[in-house]
Amino acid sequence: MPVDGLLSVTWLVIVLPLAGAALLLLGGRRTDRWGHLLATGTVVAAFALAVACTVALTDRAGRAVSLDLFTFIDTGSLDVTAGLLLDPLSAVFVLLITGVGALIHVYSIGYMAHDPGRRRFFAYLNLFVAAMLLLVLGNSYVALYVGWEGVGLASYLLIAFWHTRPAAATAAKKAFLMNRVGDVGLALAIFIMFAQLGTTSYAGVFGAVGLLAGGTVTAIGLLLLLGACGKSGQFPLQAWLPDAMEGPTPVSALIHAATMVTAGVYLIARSAPLYDATPTARTVVLAVGAVTLLIGAIAGCAHDDIKKVLAYSTVSQIGYMFLAVGLGPVGYAAAIAHLLAHGFFKAGLFLGAGSVMHAMDDTVDMRRFGGLARRLPITFVTFGLGYLALIGFPFLSGWWTKDAIIEVALDRGGWSGWLLGGVAVLGAGLTAFYMTRLMLMTFFGRPRWEDGVHPHEAPPSMTAPMVLLAVGSVAAGFLLVAVFPLSGWLEPVFGEPEEAAHLVSPLVVSIVVTVVVALGALTAWLYVGRREVPTTAPARVSPVVTAARRGLYADTVNESLVMRPGMWLTRALVWLDARGVDGAVNGAAAALGGGSARLGRVQTGFVRSYALGILGGAVLVAGALLAVTA
Amino acid sequence: MTITNYLVLAAILFTIGAVGVLVRRNAIVVFMCIELMLNSVNLTLITFARSTGTVEGQVIALFVMVVAAAEVVVGLAIIMSIYRTRRSASVDDVNLLKY
Repeated sequence: MPVDGLLSVTWLVIVLPLAGAALLLLGGRRTDRWGHLLATGTVVAAFALAVACTVALTDRAGRAVSLDLFTFIDTGSLDVTAGLLLDPLSAVFVLLITGVGALIHVYSIGYMAHDPGRRRFFAYLNLFVAAMLLLVLGNSYVALYVGWEGVGLASYLLIAFWHTRPAAATAAKKAFLMNRVGDVGLALAIFIMFAQLGTTSYAGVFGAVGLLAGGTVTAIGLLLLLGACGKSGQFPLQAWLPDAMEGPTPVSALIHAATMVTAGVYLIARSAPLYDATPTARTVVLAVGAVTLLIGAIAGCAHDDIKKVLAYSTVSQIGYMFLAVGLGPVGYAAAIAHLLAHGFFKAGLFLGAGSVMHAMDDTVDMRRFGGLARRLPITFVTFGLGYLALIGFPFLSGWWTKDAIIEVALDRGGWSGWLLGGVAVLGAGLTAFYMTRLMLMTFFGRPRWEDGVHPHEAPPSMTAPMVLLAVGSVAAGFLLVAVFPLSGWLEPVFGEPEEAAHLVSPLVVSIVVTVVVALGALTAWLYVGRREVPTTAPARVSPVVTAARRGLYADTVNESLVMRPGMWLTRALVWLDARGVDGAVNGAAAALGGGSARLGRVQTGFVRSYALGILGGAVLVAGALLAVTA
Repeated sequence: MTITNYLVLAAILFTIGAVGVLVRRNAIVVFMCIELMLNSVNLTLITFARSTGTVEGQVIALFVMVVAAAEVVVGLAIIMSIYRTRRSASVDDVNLLKY
C-alpha cells in the first residue's frame, strides 16, 4: 500500500526540531531574542503533526507505515537504507516525546528566562528532541543507533550545560562514559546482525531470527540489553543517572525521566521477536529489572537532595518496565503503559521540583525546605497529584499501570513468579516511603529555610505545563488501561493481548499493594512527619542507611573494579611508552653517538700510528691469504 | 744462482724501509724509507719476471718507478711547504688533522 498524504511527510516530525536546533546554533546571537520561542514552536508543530499522523495511522491496514528516505550506506553486500517506521509502538513514543517535550519547552521559557545561555539551552533541547524522534522512528537498528548516539550527545551537552560548575562537568563526563559502555554492547549487537544476516532493518532481522543459531540470538539479546542498561540507568550501569541531575531541571524532567532513559525499554520492546527466541536473555532482562527496581528504591530512601530522590525513583520505575518487558508478550503492553504514565507524572514531579528550587534560590536539600504547601499552592497541588500517581494511589495513573505489572509478574507462576511479584510489591512500598518522605520534608512541617529565602510561586509559563502534566498524571493510567486499552492499540506490534488466567485475583493484588503502599507512607510519616526534621543529616546511622546514601556502593564498585584498574593500566602503558618504546629509540641513538665519539679517538693525527695501522692491516691480510691458500 | 738471495735481499730492504717509516720522525727520512720499500718491491718483481721468463713483472716495475717519481715530486713539495710554515720537518708536529 503506497504511502501518500500526510503520512508521507512523517520525516517532518524529525526535521522540524532539527532545523530549530541548526538555526539556533548557527544563527548565533541574532537569534537570542526569539530563539526560545522558535524552538518551542518547532516542538509544538512536531507534536501537532505527530497527532495528525497518528490519527491517519489508525485507518491504515496493519497500522504501520514504512518510509524509505535515502540510501545511507551501500557497499557491496552492506546496504543500509535510511527509513522511518511509524507503527503503534513508535507512534506512542513520538506522541510522548513531542507532547511532554513541548510542555517542557514551554516550562523552560520561564525557568531559563534569566540564563545567559538560554539560546544554547533551547538549541540543545531541540537537538535532543530530533535525535530521540529519530531513535524511535528509525526502521533499522542503524537508524536507531544514530538517534541513540544523538540523544547521548544531547544528554552530555545538557548535563554539562552549566559547564563552569565542576560537578556538572564531571557528571556529564560520567554519564557519557557509562553510556559508551552500554553503546559498545549495542554496536556489537548490530555488527553481529551485519555479519550473520547482512541487514539491520527491523523487518529483515525479525524475519530471519529463526535462521540464526540459538547462541547467536542470545548473544544479540544480551548485547542489546547492555546497551539498554547503559541508556536507561539500569543495574550495573545505574550510577550515572542520579549524578546527571546536575543539569538544569527541565533537562532532568525531559531527558532523564520521561524520554531518553526509557529508550532502553523501547529497544527491548522493539526487539520483542528477538527476545521471543531467547528465553535466556529474557530472563536476564527480568533479573536486571527486579534488581534495579530494588536498588533504586532503597537508594532513594536515604537521599536528601530532592532531585536525586526523584532520579533514584526513575531508576526504580524503569526497573519496573524492564521487569515487565522481561516477562515476555504478556508484559509489553503493561511496560509501555507504565512508561507513558511515568513519563507524565515523573516529568510533572521534576518540573515541580524545579519550581521548588526556583522558589528556594536553587537549594536542593530537602532538610532546608518544609512548610512550602501554603507558599507554593499550584506547585503543591500538581506535585501532590504526581506523587499520588507515582506511589499508586487508587485510580490514579500509577495504580493502573504498576498494578498491571505486578499482576503480570505474579501470573508467571512458580517460585520465580512469587519472587518477582514480591520484589515488585516491596518496591511499591519503598516507593511510597521515599516519596512520602520527600513530600513531608518539602511541603509540610515547620519551615527550615535558610536566611533570606522568600518562596514565591513560579510564573504561569512554568505552572501551566505542571498543571497539564498533573492532569496527565491523574488520567493517563485510566485512559491507557481502561478506556483506550494500550494493549489493543499495540496489537499489530506485539500480537493479540492474551487474557491470562490470573493466579491471584487482581482485586487481591490491588488490596495487598494498596496496604503495602499505605504502610510505606505511614512509616515515612513516623520518621519525618511526626518528628522534627534536623537540618543536617544525622551522622550516626545504621550501615543500611549509609549504604543507601552511597547508592548501594555503585560508585565504589565502579571505581574499584573499573576506574582504578583502568588507571593502573594507563599508568603502566605510559611507563612502557616512556621507558620501553622511547627508551629503545633514545638508547639506540645514544649508543651510536657515544660509540662514534669513542671510535673517533682512533684518529690521533699522528702519521706514524696510521702507518702502523696500515702495516698491521697488510700483515693481517697477507697472513689470512696464506692461511687460506696453504 | 737461485732467486732466494734476491728475495731475501728484497725482504731485508722492505723491512728496513718499514721500520724506518715507523720509527723515524724526520719527514725526509720517512720519505726515503718509502722509496726503499718501493724499490724492494721492484726487486721482487724483476726477480720473478726473470725466473719465469715473462715481461709483465718488468713492466709493472717501470710503472712503479713512474708513480714513485710523481709521488716524490708531490711529497717533497708538501714537506717544503710544511717546513716553511711550521719550521719543522718532524711528522709528529703535523697532527692537526684528527678527531
